[in-house]
Amino acid sequence: MKNDKHGPPDSRAISRRSFIKGAGAIAAATGLIRTPPASADATALAQEGIVERIGPGAQEIELKINGEVKRITVEPRVTLLRALRDHLNLTGTKLVCDRGACGACTVHLDGKPVTSCMILALDARGHEITTIEGLLTPDRMSPLGAAFVEHDAAQCGFCTPGMVMSMAAALASNPKAQLEDVKRAVAGNICRCGTYPHVFAAALSVVRGGNRGES
Amino acid sequence: MSRRVTLNLGFQGNLKPVTVVIPDGEPTPWQFGERFETVGRPTPRIDGALKVAGAARYTYDISMPGMLYGAILRSPMPHARVKRVDLSRARRLSAVRAAIRMDDTVVRFAGQEVAAVAAVDYETALDALGLIEVEYEPLPFVADLDSAMRPDAPPVFEGGSNVQRPTVNGHGDVKRGFAEASAVHEAVYLTPVQTHVSLEVHGSVAHWDGDELTVWSSTQGIFTVRDDLAVYFNLPRNKVRVICEYLGGGFGSKFGAKPETVIAARLAREANAPVKVMCTREGEHLATGNRPDAIQKVRLGARHDGKLTAIELVQHGGGGISGGSGSAGPFLSLYHSPNLRTEESNVFTNTGPCSPMRAPGWPQGCFALELAMDELARKLSIDRLEFRRLNNSNPVRALEFDIGAKLFGWKEKSAAPKSPGPLKRGIGVASAAWHALGASGPQARVIAHRDGRVEVLMGTQDIGTGTRTVLAMVAAEELGVELSRIDCRIGDTRYPFSVPSGGSMTTPSTTPAVRQAAAHLKEKLLRLAAPVLGAEPSDLEARAGVIRVRFDPSRSMPFADLCRRIPGDSLSAEGERVPNYEGYRNDQAGCQFVEVEVDTELGIVRVLRVVAVHDAGQIIDPLTARSQVNGGVLMGVGYALFEARRMDPRLGVMVNPTMDDYKLVGPLDVPEIEVRFVEVANGFNNTGVMGFGEAAHVATAAAIGCAVYDAIGVPVRSLPITPDRVLAAMEAGA
Repeated sequence: MKNDKHGPPDSRAISRRSFIKGAGAIAAATGLIRTPPASADATALAQEGIVERIGPGAQEIELKINGEVKRITVEPRVTLLRALRDHLNLTGTKLVCDRGACGACTVHLDGKPVTSCMILALDARGHEITTIEGLLTPDRMSPLGAAFVEHDAAQCGFCTPGMVMSMAAALASNPKAQLEDVKRAVAGNICRCGTYPHVFAAALSVVRGGNRGES
Repeated sequence: MSRRVTLNLGFQGNLKPVTVVIPDGEPTPWQFGERFETVGRPTPRIDGALKVAGAARYTYDISMPGMLYGAILRSPMPHARVKRVDLSRARRLSAVRAAIRMDDTVVRFAGQEVAAVAAVDYETALDALGLIEVEYEPLPFVADLDSAMRPDAPPVFEGGSNVQRPTVNGHGDVKRGFAEASAVHEAVYLTPVQTHVSLEVHGSVAHWDGDELTVWSSTQGIFTVRDDLAVYFNLPRNKVRVICEYLGGGFGSKFGAKPETVIAARLAREANAPVKVMCTREGEHLATGNRPDAIQKVRLGARHDGKLTAIELVQHGGGGISGGSGSAGPFLSLYHSPNLRTEESNVFTNTGPCSPMRAPGWPQGCFALELAMDELARKLSIDRLEFRRLNNSNPVRALEFDIGAKLFGWKEKSAAPKSPGPLKRGIGVASAAWHALGASGPQARVIAHRDGRVEVLMGTQDIGTGTRTVLAMVAAEELGVELSRIDCRIGDTRYPFSVPSGGSMTTPSTTPAVRQAAAHLKEKLLRLAAPVLGAEPSDLEARAGVIRVRFDPSRSMPFADLCRRIPGDSLSAEGERVPNYEGYRNDQAGCQFVEVEVDTELGIVRVLRVVAVHDAGQIIDPLTARSQVNGGVLMGVGYALFEARRMDPRLGVMVNPTMDDYKLVGPLDVPEIEVRFVEVANGFNNTGVMGFGEAAHVATAAAIGCAVYDAIGVPVRSLPITPDRVLAAMEAGA
C-alpha cells in the first residue's frame, strides 16, 4: 500500500520535484546538503566519498526489529520512530516532542537506548532494534515492567514505554543502581504527570530484588 | 421518594451527626470506619500492564485500513486578513486526498489554523502544506499583556477594547481596612503563560460511514466532543460516536471538539476515508490552550496582632484570543479579612487562546497572595505560619498546618541560622484550596455474566488518574466480589453518559453512579440466590466472591455458581449520580511546606523537599491517589522554576514551542515529596469521594516562591524564578 502512495508516475514526479525544490532551498540556505550528480555511477560516487545514493523517493529497506527482519518501503526522511509507528504498527514507541528532548520514543539500538525520532529509519539498517514490544508484553512482563505496575509508575502512561526502555538499559549495565543512578538513567525522559518518584521506586525495587509484581 | 439517613460528617476528631435526605435507589453512603475489602487498599491499576507494555491504544495509535494522515497549515502571522488560500497545487499531488481551508477570514494569532490536507502518508501531507499558497494582509498586533493594555493598542477584535470589563468581588470596605492596618504591603506579581504540554498532542481520527461519524479523540470529555461535532455537522447526537480508550494527558486543555478534531472530520468527509490529524508539538504549544499569564497588583493590610484588615487585588489576565483568565480564587477564600476586594480583567492579545489548566486561576493567584503574605509577615515581624494560622479560613487546614509543620520541622528549621556559604536554604508554606464535590448526571451500567465475569460500562475517560481501576474497585466492593472479576469499559459515547474529566470531578462524579448500579445489580443477584439458599434476599450478604446467609454462614454459594443460574444472557442494572445531598463543606483545604536551596552565586534554585498535606474524602485507591499529589506538586515545581511561553514581541510568535526550549521538570529536579491525607467525611455522595488532582497543584509554586524569599532575603515576584531573576533581585535588594 505504501509503495504506490504517490500514484501514477507523472504525479509522483510532481511530488519529487516539489520535495527537491524545497530541499534545494534549505540547502542553499544552510549549505549542508551535497547533491550527488544525477548521472554518477557507483564508482564515481565512491570517488567523491559517497558510498550510497538514496532518495528522495521511497525505497525498500530491511530493519531487524525485536529479532525479526522486517521490510518496509520508506523515504529517506522517514525517522525510525515514524517507520515503527506508521509502517510497522509498533505503536508502543510514542511520538511526543519529535526532536530528542523527551525520551518517549526510546528504543534500544544494539542494546543502547536511543531516541528513535532522531534516527532515520535507513540509518537503523544493520542494527539490532528492540522496541517496548520486544522487551515485554502485558502477559509476559519483565521484573522491571511488573515493578512499574506495582509502584504505579504510570499515570496517563504516554511516557511509560520510553521510561521502561531507558531504565531497562541502565539496569542491564548497572544491576546495583542506586537512587542517583536510576534518576540519571531516565534523566532524558519527561513525564508531565509527575510519576518520577514512583519510577525511581519501581527501579530500586528491582535492584533490591524485592519486586512482588511478578506473582 | 426519599429516605433520611444520619451521617457523621466533618473531619478526623471533629465528626458531627447530620441527618440528610437521600433519594430512593441510592445506597446508604459509605462512612468513616466502614469495613472495606477492596476500597482503600493500595491497588495497582488494572490497566497498568497495558500502559507499561505500550499496548494501551491511544488516539495517536489508532490505525485503520485506508487511513490518511492529515496535517495543518498554521498562520505565521499574529494578526492578518486572509486574502486568498489556494489549495490547487496541493490538491494536484495524487497522494493528497483532501484539502480544506478554514472559514475564518482573519487570523488573530500565530499558529491559528488556516488550511489542512490529508494524504496517504504523513510526509506527503507535509509536502502538500508547502504547496498551499496563502496571501495575508498583515494587521497590527499585540503579543503581550503590557502592550495590549495601552490605550492606543491595536484591538485584537475590531472595534472592541482589549481590556474587558472587570469582574469585581468582595465584601466590606478595603479603604477602611487599610486605614485600620498597622502595616500595609503593596506589590505587583507577575506570572507567565504556562502551556499544558500533554505528552499526547491534541488530535483525532475521524471516520464516516454514510452520515454516521466515528471519532477517536484525545479528549477529557468524549460527550462534549460528541455534542460539539453534532452541532458543527448538524447531525443528531446518536449519529456521532466518540471513543477515547486511553488519553496521554490533558490537564484541562482537552475539553470539546477543537479545530484539529473538526479538521479531521472535514478531511475524512472530503476524502471519503478515515483521517488521522495529530497536532505537531509546535502546534500544540501555539494553539491548543494555556494557563494565562497575569499581572497582579496586591495590597494587604494587617494589625500588629497579625489579623488581616484588608485584602485587595487588581488583576489583568492574558486570555490570548479567549477569556477566563481570572485569578482571584485564592484571594476570596484562603484567608479571612473583614474587607476584601478583587478586580479581574481579561485582556485580549494576539496569542493562542487560554484554556482551563489544572486548578484554573489558582496557582497564579496563590503565588501572588502567599508571597505578599510573607512580605507583610516580615513587616509585622511575625512567624509566617503563625500569620497564616491567625487568618486561616478553614478548620481542616488548621489541622493540616499542625500536621505539616510537625512533619516538616517548621519550628526547628525556622530557628536554624542561615549557612554562611553561597548555598542558602529557605523554607516556605502556602495554603491550597479547591472545590471538588463532583457533579450529578453520570450514569453507569453493571452487568453480571453467566460465566461469572462482571462488566462495568461508563462513558467516562481516564485522564491518567486510574479511572478504570477506581470504578472497578467500587463495583467489586459493592458486589462483594474479587477485583479480578471486573472488566471496566470506558471511553466510548455508546456507554452510559458521564461528565468530562476535569476540575477534580471525575472520581466524585463517577464512583457514586457505579456504586448505585452495582447495588441495584446486587439486589437482583440476591433475589436470584435467595430461593437457592432458602432465605430472604435481605438475609443474604456478598463478600469476597461468596453469597451467604448472614446468620448462618454455612449456607453459602460462590458468586460464580450464582452467575451460572442467571436466566438468559446476563443480569444488568443501571445507576446514576444523583445531585449532591447535604454535606460538610463545599470547599477543600490543603497546605504545602517547601524547602529550597539557592545558589546565590549562580542564581539556581533547587527544591529539596515538599510536604503536601491535603484533604481527602474516601480514598478509593491510596496508590493512585499519591500519584496524583506527586503530579500536582511536580507540575508546580515546573511552574515555579522553569516554564514560560516566550513571545517575540516584534514578530508576535512564540520562540520556544518545543520541549527542549520550553522547560519541564525532569527526573533530576524531583524533590523529596511526602504526602499526608487528612480524612474528611464530606458527605454529598454515596462513596464519600472528593477529587484532589487540582488541590495538590495550587500551593506548590507559591510555597517555593516563599521559600526562595526566605533563602535570599528578597522576594522574586515573577515566575518562573530563573537564575537571572534571582541574581537581579539580590542585586536590587543589596
